Amino acid sequence: MGAPAPLLSVRDLTVTFPTKRGPVRAVDSLAFDVLPGRTLGIVGESGSGKSVTSLAVMGLHTGAEIKGSVTLAGRELIGLSDRELNALRGRRMAMIFQDPLSSLHPYYTVGEQVAEHHRVHFGSRRAIARERAVEALAEVGIPEPRRRAGEYPHQFSGGMRQRVMIAMALVCEPDLLIADEPTTALDVTVQAQILELIARLQQERGLSVVMITHDLGVVARVAHDVLVMYGGRAAEHAPVDALFTSPAHPYTRGLLDSLPRLDDPDDAPLRAIPGGPPSLLEPAPGCAFAPRCPRAAVGSAEERGRCTSERPSLGGPDGHPAACHFPAYEGVAP
Amino acid sequence: MTTTAPPLLRVRDLAVTFPGRRRGSAPIRAVDGIGFDVAAGETLGLVGESGCGKSTTGRTIVRLLEPTAGSVSYGGRDISHLSQRALKPLRRDLQMVFQDPHSSLNPRHTVARIIADPLLVQGATVADARERAVELMELVGLIPEHIDRHPHEFSGGQAQRIGIARALATSPRLVVADEPVSALDVSVQAQIVNLMERLQRELGLAYLFIAHDLSVVKRVCDRVAVMYLGRIVEIGAKERVYAAPAHPYTRALLSAVPLPDPAAERSRERITLLGDPPSPAAPPPGCTFHPRCPKAREICRTEAPPLRTLVPGEAREVACHFPEGV
Repeated sequence: MGAPAPLLSVRDLTVTFPTKRGPVRAVDSLAFDVLPGRTLGIVGESGSGKSVTSLAVMGLHTGAEIKGSVTLAGRELIGLSDRELNALRGRRMAMIFQDPLSSLHPYYTVGEQVAEHHRVHFGSRRAIARERAVEALAEVGIPEPRRRAGEYPHQFSGGMRQRVMIAMALVCEPDLLIADEPTTALDVTVQAQILELIARLQQERGLSVVMITHDLGVVARVAHDVLVMYGGRAAEHAPVDALFTSPAHPYTRGLLDSLPRLDDPDDAPLRAIPGGPPSLLEPAPGCAFAPRCPRAAVGSAEERGRCTSERPSLGGPDGHPAACHFPAYEGVAP
Repeated sequence: MTTTAPPLLRVRDLAVTFPGRRRGSAPIRAVDGIGFDVAAGETLGLVGESGCGKSTTGRTIVRLLEPTAGSVSYGGRDISHLSQRALKPLRRDLQMVFQDPHSSLNPRHTVARIIADPLLVQGATVADARERAVELMELVGLIPEHIDRHPHEFSGGQAQRIGIARALATSPRLVVADEPVSALDVSVQAQIVNLMERLQRELGLAYLFIAHDLSVVKRVCDRVAVMYLGRIVEIGAKERVYAAPAHPYTRALLSAVPLPDPAAERSRERITLLGDPPSPAAPPPGCTFHPRCPKAREICRTEAPPLRTLVPGEAREVACHFPEGV
């Protein structure tokens, strides 16, 4: 009965960086679950906290103050020692990044780097690890994997390097893959290949995926559920169809309206969101989106006061909460 | 006999070749014989993936790079071999907007100096140039009181507005915009697109709009040229190219763009190309697209298809032996 237990569960996650100009709260009271075999898309612009969140889940922040709880298959990760985390990272959860070239070591062959992962986590012998590496390279669609395993990262194209990163992430058969803008640096035809590859691997292995991106098209293609972040906080969280057909938060609505679309015959001016993403150094007391928000702008003085002074908490119907004082739910007057 | 006025910009057989990285290695044909016109007041979109030569084309047109062969004519006059001195008066008409607003603005200069610089180069007085800079800041939606600030005090979107103001300082007729919105946040891109469209209407500008984002290009351009490995594979009216792409590469490119619509994403048919774009240092023989083309046959491996009109009178040309819809 009921929903399956989440593989990854994040509660009250707050990440603060000390800076010369004072502490910066890059992620504030964030909560979400990722179910087994599902893909959660985390969308946001620069400074929204989406990448900081993924690094916090992986325990890769040094020098940041991290509060809250992150559990993987029921085990609390916050507060684990580096040694304990090292045993989990790469083994149970793996991550791929935007720029595969800077994540690969230029002096070692691709095969050695993939095999190294297997050796570290399984204590396997060199020959066996090398075999596993070649298999992993084959699985992610690298032609002639045995020969290419002996080549160096610079001999691979951008798309092939990202495949190598995915092979490295998957060689230890993790349960969770965090992909942080994995296709942003790639051409659109190569992006399509990589997204297809991730979807296939998910299906075959029942992987859970967290896909972090600024591209709503990528989210629409791969995600089951979507978390929209703004100014370090959750703005809206919904199943993918609900998010795109009936966005509740004015920011989500604004993002969707401002996109030029291939399938849109209309040539009217784009409905741009005025202003720019908020500064995390001087957060506004109210809703971070209030200065740019069309809903706040048309509200009564009392309503506007609420938007600019009171921070909205994530609320609303189960399964589709939004952090807005005046969310646009269907059948509910905003 | 009637004579029609030459187009604002005419590019013919343009080639740009870079020497190979190592001695003895093959030269890189970044742009390999392309031609197109841009009429006054229109926008031609130039799209393609990294390494296709679209940025090299843009930079060669404004003579930041020297062409290896072919011609670039501006208002009927071939400017491809003019000396920089002879080119200087023409620079008033021909400006450029770059991708990364922050790295294309001098961090040590104030906005006043950045925007006024092209005017000073053209011989304006400091006072006149400053006055014009204030006007331009208003025109592009910046607060004129910020004129003595430095670029780092502006957000990405605002910095791109500064770059646009600088390009407009000399009242150009053609602006080459190289990925002007791709470094900006999604919510800010639309502001800059709207600004560029408004400026075009108000000032009668022509744009050569270079971008990899097909949705943005569809939005802003009248005509579009699709480049692959240094060549134009399809060029024509936006409506034709987007609604009924004739080149298999154009089709694949359009079908690869993720749509912000989950239902459409689930139901649409995608053409996934195999492999990566090949290196321009070693282009495949014949049609350079043939190794990735789902329709390639024997002739494609040996003979490069010329750019030709499919339907007589149609404003679209395609370089393919087996184009769609024929």
